[in-house]
Amino acid sequence: MRENFYILQDGILKRKENTVYFENKEGRKILPINKISSIFAYGNLSFSSGVVSYLSKEGIPIHFFNYYGFYEGSMYPRETLISGDLVIRQAEYYLDPEKRLCLAGKFIEGACGNILKNLKYYARNREDIQEIIENYVTSIKTELSRLIDAETVPSMMRTEGKIRELYYNALDEIFPEEYRIIKRTRRPPNNKMNTLISFGNSLVYSTTLSEIYNTQLNPTISYLHEPFERRFSLSLDVSEIFKPILIDRIIFKLVNKNMLDDGCFRGEIGNMLLSDKGKKIFLKEYDEKLKTTIKHKGLNKSVSYKRLIRLELYKLSKHVLGAENYKPLVMWW
Amino acid sequence: MKDESVKDTDYSLDELKDEPETNIYAEVFLGSVRITGVKVNYYHICKTKLWLFSHNINLERGDDNVALGKILHEDRYKKNLKNITIDGISIDFVKTGKRTEIHEIKKSKKMDAADRAQLLFYLYYLKKRGFDAVGILNYPLLNKTEKIEMNAEDEANIEREIEEIKKIVLSSMPAPMHKKICLKCAYQEFCFCGRGDKNGE
Repeated sequence: MRENFYILQDGILKRKENTVYFENKEGRKILPINKISSIFAYGNLSFSSGVVSYLSKEGIPIHFFNYYGFYEGSMYPRETLISGDLVIRQAEYYLDPEKRLCLAGKFIEGACGNILKNLKYYARNREDIQEIIENYVTSIKTELSRLIDAETVPSMMRTEGKIRELYYNALDEIFPEEYRIIKRTRRPPNNKMNTLISFGNSLVYSTTLSEIYNTQLNPTISYLHEPFERRFSLSLDVSEIFKPILIDRIIFKLVNKNMLDDGCFRGEIGNMLLSDKGKKIFLKEYDEKLKTTIKHKGLNKSVSYKRLIRLELYKLSKHVLGAENYKPLVMWW
Repeated sequence: MKDESVKDTDYSLDELKDEPETNIYAEVFLGSVRITGVKVNYYHICKTKLWLFSHNINLERGDDNVALGKILHEDRYKKNLKNITIDGISIDFVKTGKRTEIHEIKKSKKMDAADRAQLLFYLYYLKKRGFDAVGILNYPLLNKTEKIEMNAEDEANIEREIEEIKKIVLSSMPAPMHKKICLKCAYQEFCFCGRGDKNGE
């Protein structure tokens, strides 16, 4: 199984024949090209067109993040898996309002299912807050039940927004004071929790994009998010399902096990960012999470969390091909 | 994709022959579904695989079996000319001699019927184009070869198969059915990833 490669330092990617090196004043490292699925670049990365064409030929995307850890863009290799047929059907499901609404709802449904799993999991041994969390769970379910009556995607988005707000309020009950979200803020995130969520979400977005690259799905045709919203909006749609599964669980672990100290953050309240140390800790956890395997009942074998993203895309492909209705992944473990 | 010039020369060749024999060209290349050896092969293995492959739903590099097949293909028989393309039909390699030999390289004998059908399709097509050839299946990992000749019954079968393949490809995706061979198929995850999911909680 190919793995992600994370570069936190500044440096240069060099190609010498068919070997790619990462070089800086601290030394030189060979990139095992046959073992990499994508490169995540957090530092200032320079590279030649030779490297780009080689990585492109090998089908390896590079995702770029800026100084603050925000997603900036990707070197998305030339598409090799192309099915005109599938793209047309993907577009058909966008253009037909009923079909689009159905798919948009599925992404929210999946995200919500995983959100509820998280809440139940983390409130399980907390008698002090059990009742409060139960109330939140009930409210979230009530919101979710309104989804069926939604007639437009924007009204679905509003429902989703409300669910997230309830979720974050519920999380504030679980997390220690230092890590309260209070209000979700993005650019810039204003406190520790918002910083962690932002950093993680952009990782999920890029990972999903890499997986889309390995399917025939077109990354720009999406259902919940508008295709004009961002370049690869299908990645945003599918990420919704995986954010609670991957990122929220990582954050729970980091906080519960006290793995972060003040040195992991920089900036101040109101404009908080992860330091290099913080990024390193988070990325390590993220990478381990992606490699963790669980037993898949349908396939009767173990699959990694990363593979689950691919499977989700296969399910989506089958849905637009009319072979099998899409059911979003909800953690069964 | 065929370009015009090729079509013209083929057409003049076909003029020398009887009416029914000009049809195979149209059947195989100009019909709404282009028939290839691989499609004939998949027809015998799995209808879902045939459909997915025909609709360009291929899978990413990384499947071990696929990789092994590719290496076998590239590594063995280096001396022989490889990937001969005749009218867009791609043949692993061809040996000329008293009788032309059409060679196909295979990893194992597991898909025997399908591999034979694939070769028979090549032989059938070449016969219609006026070539007399014999097929050889090569199993480099088993150190074996097998000779295949076509009889009248085979010919009738292939004609029927071509019709069937067209029908399958033009209808909607056949629902995956779990078989023993699925375990080794590159499409396994694609086909069965939705099983075991439940809705909500």
